[in-house]
Amino acid sequence: MFSLEGITNTIQNWLYSTFDPTFALLIECAIVILLAIGLFAALGLVLVLMERKVAAHIQIRLGPNRVGPGGMFQTVADTIKLILKEGLVPDLADKFLFNLAPFVVMIVAMLLLAPIAFAKNFQIWDINIGVLYVSAVSSLSVIGILMAGWASNNKYSLLGAMRSGAQIVSYELSAGLSVLTVVVLTGSLQISDIIASQADGWWLFKGHIPVIIAFVIFIIAVTAETNRAPFDLAEAESELTAGFHTEYSGMRFALFFLAEYINIFIVCAIGATLFLGGWMPLHIGHWEGFNHIMDYIPSSIWFMGKTFFLIFLIMWFRWTFPRLRVDQLLNLEWKYLLPISMLNIILVTVIAILGWHF
Amino acid sequence: MYTETQVIKETKEGELVINMGPQHPATHGVLHLVITLDGETIKKIEPHLGYIHRSIEKMSESLNYRQFIYVTSRMDYLSAHINNLACAMNVEKAMQIEVPKRASVIRVLMSELTRIASHELWLGAMAMDLGAFTPFFYTFRERELITDIMEETCGARLTMNYIVPGGLMYDLHPDFQQKVKAFVKQFKQKVTEFEDLVTNNVIFQARTKGVGILSREDAISYGCSGPVARASGVSCDIRKIYPYEGYDTVEFDEVLDTAGDSFARYIIRVKEMNQSIRIIEQLIDNIPEGDTQAKMKAVIKPPKGEFYTRVETARGELGVYIVSEGGMTPYRVKYRSPGFSNLSALDHMARGSKIGDLMATMGTLDLVIPDIDR
Repeated sequence: MFSLEGITNTIQNWLYSTFDPTFALLIECAIVILLAIGLFAALGLVLVLMERKVAAHIQIRLGPNRVGPGGMFQTVADTIKLILKEGLVPDLADKFLFNLAPFVVMIVAMLLLAPIAFAKNFQIWDINIGVLYVSAVSSLSVIGILMAGWASNNKYSLLGAMRSGAQIVSYELSAGLSVLTVVVLTGSLQISDIIASQADGWWLFKGHIPVIIAFVIFIIAVTAETNRAPFDLAEAESELTAGFHTEYSGMRFALFFLAEYINIFIVCAIGATLFLGGWMPLHIGHWEGFNHIMDYIPSSIWFMGKTFFLIFLIMWFRWTFPRLRVDQLLNLEWKYLLPISMLNIILVTVIAILGWHF
Repeated sequence: MYTETQVIKETKEGELVINMGPQHPATHGVLHLVITLDGETIKKIEPHLGYIHRSIEKMSESLNYRQFIYVTSRMDYLSAHINNLACAMNVEKAMQIEVPKRASVIRVLMSELTRIASHELWLGAMAMDLGAFTPFFYTFRERELITDIMEETCGARLTMNYIVPGGLMYDLHPDFQQKVKAFVKQFKQKVTEFEDLVTNNVIFQARTKGVGILSREDAISYGCSGPVARASGVSCDIRKIYPYEGYDTVEFDEVLDTAGDSFARYIIRVKEMNQSIRIIEQLIDNIPEGDTQAKMKAVIKPPKGEFYTRVETARGELGVYIVSEGGMTPYRVKYRSPGFSNLSALDHMARGSKIGDLMATMGTLDLVIPDIDR
């Protein structure tokens, strides 16, 4: 139902019949790039507005409600303001690295959009090592943050960047191990295979308690990896003013800001894909009628619904919890989450070998 | 102030000197801390004052005894009413005036409302220092009710200027009792929200328990007062030790703790709010009828001599010392502000802890910079 395959195949066939193969491929690339950039901008605007509305709801206030109906165009206006603003570069900063850093962070975020399946047969790149690709590329963003902190020639930025480095490198381990549980159960690293394996039920429900533990650890780890509260030590407004992006202004700051939200979207999309079945509708075992009704809801809505639910969870954390201290943050990872994930993955392996999962 | 060469000379290899403030989100004003760091660990803190010095003491000396009271609203602006009270009490003491009973009770009621408003603001701001933004809005919801009551009665929300030597500027607004009762009712319901959101939060407890410990001996030797000293087990509530304005006729407990850490200071203030509510409940239905001002001459000329009064503000002990030469204006005015002594203990408390701990320690000291730097 509601497959986008028809449209994409028509476009491809028309391109290949009209132009020669090399040129057609180039045009396809251009279309994909445009789509990705469009999605990037749209997601940024929607997520920032969503964050402000969620925060306002939690904090018993209204949130933006002046620009457009219900404040819908507030983020658009903010973006225009940021674009028009002067981007200051500190005098003693390392100019090259200072200018490069926001782009590194943003390019990493864009690269991560590639293997995500937004709907049935709607995926930019169904690479056979999809999960590994995501883990590998997402850890690159720490380079951009360290670069920004170092090049700013600001002590607060430096402290923030060092915290961020320690944090992302540590939590990468738990995130990776919790992702592996699903890989062990599926037996494939390919995103499309992982989604297909959840046709008769999502892994969160099929995989017994170990997968639920892995899911919880995954959510904690990705919250830390995206530098979100309660793990927002790299920014830590009340301690380090704005952490690694203290010296950034104008569009360079906007790129960091945008990249943060895109990263949230991506990790939530990965979480939804691995644990909640991606675009796969809610199927329960052999309830044919129920499954059939669920199929009528378009796959893109399933995917977006799950992803935005996880995003809402992460936003909820931010507006509820105080921030951890830097040593408590590392203790949590190395003394609790990492040993638990290691035991958990052994447990899952046993379950997978004995075939105890549903 | 440090010059660049001084910093380099005094800094050892591997140490980092950062200037926290005068513009910084956690200093709540223009406090400037020069912090020497070793990695994330604090080696030394040196507070620098003077960014908001308005020579309030000198100004007080050039105004007459009716006028100088209102300058003190700008010292500790969160306990503006209690500052005014301290000055008015001093003048009354010098002139040997008996304040009417009704004025006294209203002064106490207003003081306790001010104390709750101050603690509510502190609670929100402190949670924000620790990275939790939401409690700020919840505490401000209740504080808003108090500022509304103040606005209705005194015409101002923050610097009330409600007290004159010998009594009150004018009588209460007719709605006062009803509004205060409504506030007390709402506060009692909503105080559990803070418990759920902040007090019982695991992260909050991990951030504050055992952080910024101040021992009883140190609290005494640094001259700490108010909730900071009481959290270290020093009994120092002026309302109990030297009762004024009829505090000896109402029932309330002096809240004490012995842990001396940030969490103890937090708990003390939350419990103090409940004690203030207790005082308000006892007095709100028992405001005596009568005058609100004692009969006084238009020009106040206290006899020659030295006069000292002290009160318990939301932050601790405020002392007002006046030397009179018998003229229209004071010869010398000196304020003993609680924040100044409490700040002096910061270096001792925060040494060896992380930057994150500094926020918890500084937050629970409840610093109001215009109070420290008059």
